[in-house]
This record gives sequence, structure tokens and C-alpha cells, in this order.
Amino acid sequence: MQFLFGQIPTTLSGDDASLSVLDFLRERQGRCGTKEGCASGDCGACTVVVAETDDAGLSYRAINACITPTGELAGKQLITVEELANGEDYHPVQQALVDFHGSQCGFCTPGFVMSLYAAYQNAEAPDRDNILRTLGGNLCRCTGYRPIIDAAEAALTERQAAPQQDDAETIDQLAQLESGTGSGRYHAPTSIAELNDAIKAHPKARLIAGGTDLWLEVTQLLKRPERLISLNRVEELTGHHSDGNALHIGAAATYEQVTPLLLADYPEMQELLLRLGSLQIRNRGTLGGNIANASPIGDMPPALLALDAQLVLNRQGQTRHVPLETFFQDYRKTILQPGEFIQTILIPRRQPEEQIAFYKISKRLEDDISASCGAFRIRIEDDQVADVRVAFGGMAAIPARALHCEEALRGQAWNEATLKTAMAALAEDFQPIDDFRASADYRGKVSANLLKRFYLNCQPKPDLIRVSSHA
Amino acid sequence: MRRLPETLETTGPTGAAGQHQRHDSAYRHVSGAALYVDDIPCPAGTKHAYVGLSQHAHANISKLDLSAVRTASGVTDVITAQDVPGHLDIGPVFPGDPLMASDQVDFFGQVVFAVLANTYDQARHAARLANIQYAPLSADITIEQGLDSKSFVRPSHRQQRGDAQEAIKASALSIQGELQIGGQEQMYLEGQVSLAIPQEDGGMLVHSSSQHPSETQKLVAEVLDIPMHLVTVEVRRMGGAFGGKETNANQWACIAALLAARSGTPVKLRLARADDITATGKRHPFKNDYQVGVNDAGVIQGIAMSLSGNCGMSPDLSDAIVDRAMFHADNAYYLGHADISGHRVKTNTVSHTAFRGFGGPQGMLAIEHVIEDIAIATGLDPLTVRKRNFYSGEGGRDTTHYGQQIEQHLIAQIVERLEHSADYWPRRESIKTFNAQNNVLRKGLALTPVKFGISFTVTHLNQAGALLHVYTDGSIQLNHGGTEMGQGLYIKVAQIVAQELQVDLERIAITATRTDKVPNTSPTAASSGSDLNGMAARDAARTIRERLTLFAASHFNVDADQVSFADNQVRAGDNKLSFAELAQLAYLNRVQLSATGYYATPKIHYDREKASGRPFFYYAYGAALSEVTVDTLTGEYVLNRVDICQDVGQSLNPAIDIGQIEGGFIQGMGWLTTEELVWGADGRLQTNNPASYKIPAIGDTPPVFNVELLPDSPNTEATIFHSKAVGEPPLMLGISVWCALRDAVASLAEHRIRPRLNAPATAEQVFMACEAIREEAQQA
Repeated sequence: MQFLFGQIPTTLSGDDASLSVLDFLRERQGRCGTKEGCASGDCGACTVVVAETDDAGLSYRAINACITPTGELAGKQLITVEELANGEDYHPVQQALVDFHGSQCGFCTPGFVMSLYAAYQNAEAPDRDNILRTLGGNLCRCTGYRPIIDAAEAALTERQAAPQQDDAETIDQLAQLESGTGSGRYHAPTSIAELNDAIKAHPKARLIAGGTDLWLEVTQLLKRPERLISLNRVEELTGHHSDGNALHIGAAATYEQVTPLLLADYPEMQELLLRLGSLQIRNRGTLGGNIANASPIGDMPPALLALDAQLVLNRQGQTRHVPLETFFQDYRKTILQPGEFIQTILIPRRQPEEQIAFYKISKRLEDDISASCGAFRIRIEDDQVADVRVAFGGMAAIPARALHCEEALRGQAWNEATLKTAMAALAEDFQPIDDFRASADYRGKVSANLLKRFYLNCQPKPDLIRVSSHA
Repeated sequence: MRRLPETLETTGPTGAAGQHQRHDSAYRHVSGAALYVDDIPCPAGTKHAYVGLSQHAHANISKLDLSAVRTASGVTDVITAQDVPGHLDIGPVFPGDPLMASDQVDFFGQVVFAVLANTYDQARHAARLANIQYAPLSADITIEQGLDSKSFVRPSHRQQRGDAQEAIKASALSIQGELQIGGQEQMYLEGQVSLAIPQEDGGMLVHSSSQHPSETQKLVAEVLDIPMHLVTVEVRRMGGAFGGKETNANQWACIAALLAARSGTPVKLRLARADDITATGKRHPFKNDYQVGVNDAGVIQGIAMSLSGNCGMSPDLSDAIVDRAMFHADNAYYLGHADISGHRVKTNTVSHTAFRGFGGPQGMLAIEHVIEDIAIATGLDPLTVRKRNFYSGEGGRDTTHYGQQIEQHLIAQIVERLEHSADYWPRRESIKTFNAQNNVLRKGLALTPVKFGISFTVTHLNQAGALLHVYTDGSIQLNHGGTEMGQGLYIKVAQIVAQELQVDLERIAITATRTDKVPNTSPTAASSGSDLNGMAARDAARTIRERLTLFAASHFNVDADQVSFADNQVRAGDNKLSFAELAQLAYLNRVQLSATGYYATPKIHYDREKASGRPFFYYAYGAALSEVTVDTLTGEYVLNRVDICQDVGQSLNPAIDIGQIEGGFIQGMGWLTTEELVWGADGRLQTNNPASYKIPAIGDTPPVFNVELLPDSPNTEATIFHSKAVGEPPLMLGISVWCALRDAVASLAEHRIRPRLNAPATAEQVFMACEAIREEAQQA
């Protein structure tokens, strides 16, 4: 497999392919500009940029080098902080960070530089929301961020006036790479047929569909998988489209790739998607991974349960359709058979008369894990609840529907008395746990209040109810 | 008598003191060229060390079987306490911190052994293979458990003035309350790391991420049982420290050095993040109780406060930290009759250590909590209560409860400035209206002051040294005992030298802090970096300037007062030459162009027996006005706007100072909002990585964030160019956010009931406070 290391075509051995990009850079290449802050994808100090060809030319994506296997770079360009300046001629994002005093200790700075570089190259708009979205996965402990926000605004504004870049040479170089399908510890099939062959040949291999959780086993538990099969380049798994019935989302399409499709039907999902990990995580993480991982605190399953998503599973070419709500069996247990994988997630198209909301509760607004995550979908006819689905994450061993709560709502008048009963019914649905994210008491009460918030939000004249939409 | 300040010329050489100047490493930061210890190219043959951590909070080690560690792939050495040739105890001030545990472990995460291997992965992997059996002992994990056991790492201390109990009794109104304050993880982005390289003379060169190279040097020498002159510690920069590398860097340097001495090869030891957070100390959690008596106007007549710091398993720096909490239990307020006691509670958790503010924040939050309670009890606005209680030069209200007379009174001026510039009263009114109209969302507002004492309270630490070389091309090399952790110390000190010698800043090369260049240094801590090292560097620069002046006078046959330095030039009577030409000429005429500098802070003393004295050379002031919106359905909140005015005296570098203020504020806000440390009943820290421990992210920065340096306010003490320290004081501006959150909660009962809101005020804590106050209001 080959990738462009800066401008240099570089061939990966099967062993290097299963190393993290960060270890590859620091340990194998002696390129120490990229820093390790946490080795868990939570701080952004190791942010590097991957460029790849798409319809518009080159697209640039910031990723966490610490939890990305190097093999995922095949056919792409890797850009690190050392490559941005030309002698003392610094890239505009570097110059802006210097001019605005955006570094103090400097350890997080290369990560900020690279996140901003990707935004600059993609000509992102210089508004505050966009800057926060771009840099939400980069922690700085020194500056308080104000100078970094100002630097970002200046650099991205400068980009708006800059001439279009000519990426033809890089695109050409990328086209000439031999991407290969891997060997040894790392395989990268390009079709479902190849994937099934690889699974058959290596039944104990781990599938990696983004690896933002899987790779924590490597960096935290020190368990380097013997063999990985990447879904990153399986064509049928990385596409997405919609038809009259459903949104079809390939299991290995990243959050960033599928966001426009999801928001077209479900604009209510915007905040949830923005608060799902960080941009670096959303550039790697996938819907299929989030589901197959079967974590009780995954952010997407509650939403998908409320929307009644279906899964297409594939096992050696045999496919079956299952409703998502039957997929999760117990803590980190699913109905997936050995050798079976999620191929497609089907989300029903938007029904215009429905009201929908997704609310996430966490200690920090950005890049945090849910204490509770509620998803609500309701259809009111003649002031009665004609249909309703309520689902929660963080409240049980698996993401689950709140069936008692739904029962208390369905067919009832949509009023405060019903709301009160439904809020109380949640206690029958969930017996949440105490942990460092939240107490059981808080989880129970706040989840009931999320339903209340949803009710208030559905009123013709909603009260001011969200701090996130209020400043 | 107020002395007239030396004013800084704004037309001096480029980059001299007083000018906005970028961080000396700014370009290296953004290009990835700045080297941190883990980036230094390792010499061939470098091996990697890792540590095995205890899995019990308090236990006897009944069996220690390291055979699987020894036989693991790539392992070349394994050491335990008995392999230490010199001192086993590396306690920085008092004993109590073994390099490695011997028969007993005292906290979950204590180092039991260390392993050396060919690669980092091998060492880390091997460290998990130990078979250790523990015979558990009873463990105190929480501060309450420690208090119940009457278990302390050091004796309590008490500061008294008058008769507090009598004064409280005689007051129109008396109130009591308590407050739990959580600790805080430093969360420096660069974790703990050391690289030890054996030297031909049996000595050791140690690259360490340490705020206190001299102490690291001393402890490495003691552990290896060699003289200090054989150990050199170098620190070019740290990727953040915040106090977490003041004493807590030593252990890793000592272990790396010991393994390097045994193997004869260079050894690197770098902690993975979760182990770093587990095995190193944090800001002390506190439990504070108070009783206060006030008159009808809300003026404090007497107060008794008990401040209890959770010190963890050993003293470390806790004596000075709890002292500093006590020194700041008044913040900016005259307390009248006061009885302040400070307790150093021992628990079976990691030994808590320095963190920006060093106990000051916990003492200051205690009194701000009292002030807010007084406001609710009296029905006054908190700002009114604050202003009525400020220290002042009039009416005998200018002396602290520990006997220091305050000479420069700035707090009333700063608060008034903010009150007007940020529209406190109109906003208070509009918030009242907003709250009256909204059931779910509530706003809160708070304007809180900071008065922070500057100096190490351990008097002997208030000294510094510097070393300055001028070369024959007129370029200058600067070295001093202070370390660079991002705070901009290096650039500030270089600016001071540029000012003294009247040369452009670019002429001065800043070099790594090394114990063989400037010996016996103090930690870069207590906000003292530029006060101490700036003065020492100026002393060295003045020595050289004097030598050059005398030489030029004699060479050109003019009086010494005819020699002047300005803008890279030197004039001697009618003769004019460049600084470089003079350096060259001086060399040819055998004038020494290298000098050391030294400084010791004057005036300070503290009598612990009498609990009285002048522990601080001066005070730095500031104030912040914060506005929040709280969602009372969930406890979630946002910070809408912050306005800050900070006294930095005559700023050495306004750009750097503003950076310290903004960063300190956000860090203080994090301590009191989202940063929650959670220990399990077994003593294991559950929030041991940035996935579970949440420091502020970029979206937590308020959309309106105004920071002003108090203008025209030089330090009245003779500090370096009459500047003031800026490292720690702004952290406590974050208290305004906590007070604003409490204000929003209190609005649910029209400010008639005191909310119970502990720190950190996570969304959950805020929600629970909302629930409790609603319930209480209903019952009332």
C-alpha cells in the first residue's frame, strides 16, 4: 500500500500499516512535531491532516493521529505540521497564531495548526460557529482560546480573498499511488466480495470502521490486534443515498460524510452531530461503528431508535434486515453472528407531521460522552398523541426505547397531565447507574425533564428553554 | 512614601521591556520545531522505563512477584525500593514520599517497581505483568473520613485577631455554612517525562519537564548517592505545568536516572496520560466551614473559618498550600475579629500538590461564599456587600488577619471601573426582568474581586540568580534560574536585559535553564518567575553595563556620566559607537564580558508562632464580572459574557500578560464548573483521562470576553520596572462564574434562600441546587 507522505510516495509494510499514524511519525520517522497528549483522541495535540481526492478536487480532513492506523492512509496524502512552512515563510494559519499570541506552552499548538490548516484548505467560512466546530477537538490548557479564535477568524478571512489553489499536481500524484489491499496484520478490501473473502480467510481478525473506540484497546489496554480488516475502502459500505422510502447509509461512511444527508431530512439532528466527539472523530467515526460497538453511551443509537432505523446485515453474502431495536442484546452484545457485519443503515424518510428532538446531557458541551441522551419523535393529531417513540442512551446497559413512557403517551391528550404521567413512567423503563459522569438520581430526573423540554418545545409559543440556543 | 516609578521608554530598542512582544518560541511552536523532552533525539542505545502502580489505596504488600515482568520481551532491568543506593524518600520539604513503595502502599497508583526495556511499548507492557498481593488496611479516601480519623500530615495552624466568637455573638446577624470544594487536575498537555543520560564521570545529565530543576538535581543526586555537582538538570521548556511539575516531576527523573546509572545507557521515562493523572498530585480538595457575624449594613464584625485541605498521603507542599488558603481567606475584605484555622488532612489518595494559586483559590472561594450568603441574609446586592467590606486605607481597615498592613489599595478602584464599564447595575435590572419572565432559563451575575499575595511564603525561596554573556560580536546569551512553561518568562526576562543594555531583543539568545549555569535556584512558582529572575538578570546586565561604562569612560577619556546607552548605540562624550563595537573593544582591552546576577526579595517575614508578619512583598489585584444563563430543567448553563480588569503594575509585556489573564480565568472557571475528580470507594481515581475529566474546550470561552489591564498603576514596591506578577492571580477571577451560577439558582427563590452549591458546579450540581431550592421555597 502506498500513501503520499507530504509530497513523497511512501510504501507501507503490513506491520507499519497497523501502527498508529502517531507512532509511525514519532517512532519510525523521527518526525516529532506531532505531539502525543492523551493517546485516546480526546485532546487533539496529535492532529494531522489527510487529503484525498473527491468530486471537487482535494478535500482536507483533520484526524487524530494517535487512534488512526497508518494503513488508513493508503491512497491519500498525509500532511504534518513540519510541512506547512517554507523556510521562514509561514503558512497563514501559522502566522495568524503567532500574530495573535495563540500559543503559550506550545504543546497543543501543532494540533491547532493542523485543524486550522484543514479548514483553511477547505476554504471554510470564518464565522465563530464554524471556528468552534473546527477546533472543538483541540484542547488548550494555557490560553483560554480567545487568541486562537481570533487567529482562526483572521486566517480564514484571509483565505476567502486568496486565489484558488492548484492541487492538480497532488491529485496526479495521488492517482499514481498503488493503494493495494494490504497484507499481514492489515487488510483493506475494496468491495464486499473482497471483504467477505478476507473475513473467511481470517475469521479472528478485527473489523475497523473508523477505529475511534477500537484503537483505545491499543493505546490504553496495550492490546494490539493481531490482524485488522479495514472497512474504510469497501465501496458499498462507504456510500450513501436516499430514495423515496429511506436514507441508505453505508456502515463505513463517516459522520462528516453523511451529515448533509441526515440534516436534509432531520435538521433537528444538527446539535447532536456537532456534539458527537469532535471534528477529528467525526472525520473518522462511522454510523456502523457506533452501532456495532454497542456501547450504552453511543450518541447515535437513541436517535436511530426513535427514528425506527433498520439494519442490513451481511454474512458471507447472505443479507438480512433487522430493526435496530432488536440489534442490541446486552452490554456490548449484539445479534451479529461470527463473520457478520453491518452493511447499511436504513433510516425512514421524514414524515412532515412529526415533531422530533434529540437532547444530550454531558458535563461539557463539546467532545464529551453523554450522561443521558434522549431522542423524541411524536405525531399529534387532534391534540392526541397518534404515535410516539422515545429512546435513551446512558440510561441502561444498552441504548433502548422507553416503552412504558411511550405507552403513557400513546393515544392520550398531549397536555401537562399526560406529560407528568409519562415522565413518571420513565422510572419503570430505566434503572440508571451511578458513575463518574452522573448519579443515578440525576440521570433519572434529567431524563424525565428532557421529555418535559420536548413537550415545551412542541408548544405553539415555546418558552425560552435551551441555553445552547440562547446567549 | 510612594516612590516615583521608573517609567519605561516607549521608544527604546525593539522588543525592550514594556512592549507587546510575541512568545520567544512562537514560530517554533507553530512549526513543530519546539523540542519537548520526548522530542529530543535519543542517543543510540536509549532504553525506556515504565512504572508499576499499586492497585490498592492502603495495604501491606504480602507478595511481590516480578518474575513475569523480568522475563517479558525486551526487559533488561527491574527495580524496587531496595535497589535504591541513596535516599529512598524524595519528599521535597518533609519526608513521606518514597521513590517506590517498600512494604506498604499508601494510595492507589503509587509506584511499586520500575522496569527497563528496549522499547516504550515493551516497558509499558511488562509493567502490567506483576503479580502483587495485598493485605488491605483500612483506608480514608474522602476528607470527611480523614477528619473523622483525626489523621493529619502536618499540625494545624491558626491565625487570630481579637475575639471572633464574641464579635459574632454580639452581631446583629450571624450566619453559618459549609462548602465542599473539589480538587483539580493540572492536565498539562505534555505529560511527565524525563531523559537521563549517564556521563563519563559517573554523573548524570537529566532532561526533565520540571519547574524546579535544582530540586530535581538534588533528589537525583541523593537517590544515586552522588554529590550534586555530578548531576546536571536541563529544562528548555515544558508543555504546561501549572504547579504539577513543581515537585511531581522529581520522581520520574530519579527513576530514569537510577535505571540509567544501573544500565549505563540513556533512559527515558514518560508516563501515559491515565497513569500520569493517577500517579501525580492535584489541587487540594477542601472542606470549609464558617460562622460570621455582620451588622445591619452587611459589614463583617467577626468570622471564624475552618479550612481543611485534603492533602493525600504525604505532606509534599501541603503545609504552605493550606497556609496560603488561610492567607487568602480574607480575599479583599477586612474581616474584623477573625479566627482562621487550617487543617492538613491525611487521606489514602495521591499526595496533592501545587496548582496555580496554591491554596489561595480555596481560601478565596470560602470567603466569596460567605459574602454571597451575607447578601442573601441581608437582602443586599452581593456587590454592595463586597464594596462595604473591602479593605481601605481609612478607618483602620487596612490590616489583614495575619498582621500585614496593606499599602496599595486598588480593589475599590478596579471594581468601580468594571461596575461602570460593564454596566453592572443596568444589567442587574435587566436580569431581574428576564428571570421574572422565564421559568426554565435563569440568568445570574457576579462581580468578584481578587487580592493575591505575591512571594513564596517560605521566605528562603525568594531568591534568584542569572548569568549573562556578551560575545565579541555584541550578541548576548542569557540564562537564569526560571523555567519556561508557556507563561512567557523567557521573553520577559530577555526584554528586561534588552532594556538595561539598550539593545534590540533579537540580539539576545535565550538558553535552556540548567543547574550548571545558575545553581541553587527556586522553583518557578508562586507567580514569582519574572519578579525574581527579572531582577537577577537586570543585576547581571547592570554589572556588565557598569563595566562597559567605566571602560568607555577611561578609553575615551570622559567622565562616566558622559557614557550613555541608547538604541543599540553607546555614546562616550562625543564618541559614538555601536554596542557590538564597544563589546569588541572591551574584549581587546581585557574587560570581563560575563556576569552573574542575584536578587533576594526584601521586607518579607512571617512569624509562625505568632501567626503574624508580612509574608507578601505586595498584592496583585483584579476583578471579573461574569454573566451566565442556567437551564433549570437540566442544570446546563452557558457563560454569556465576561469583563475583567487586572492590575499587573506596569506591564513588562502586555500581550503576554493578557494571555495569562485570559488563560488563568478559563482555567479557574474549569476548576469550578466542568472539572470533576471522582474517586471510587476503593481509592481509584475514575476520572483519569481527558475522556472522563473535562477541562474547558473552545466553546466554553465566552462570546464576549473583555480584558483590560488596569492603566497607570505601577507597583508601589520596587519590583522589576514596577511590574506585578500575573501567573496565578487571574485564576481566581473564575470564581465570578461560580458566584454567577449560584446567583442564577438563588433567583428561583427571589434570593431569599441560600443555595447549596458545592464546587465544581457541574450541570448535575446546578440542577440539584435548583431542585433543592425550589423544594425549600415551596415549603417556606
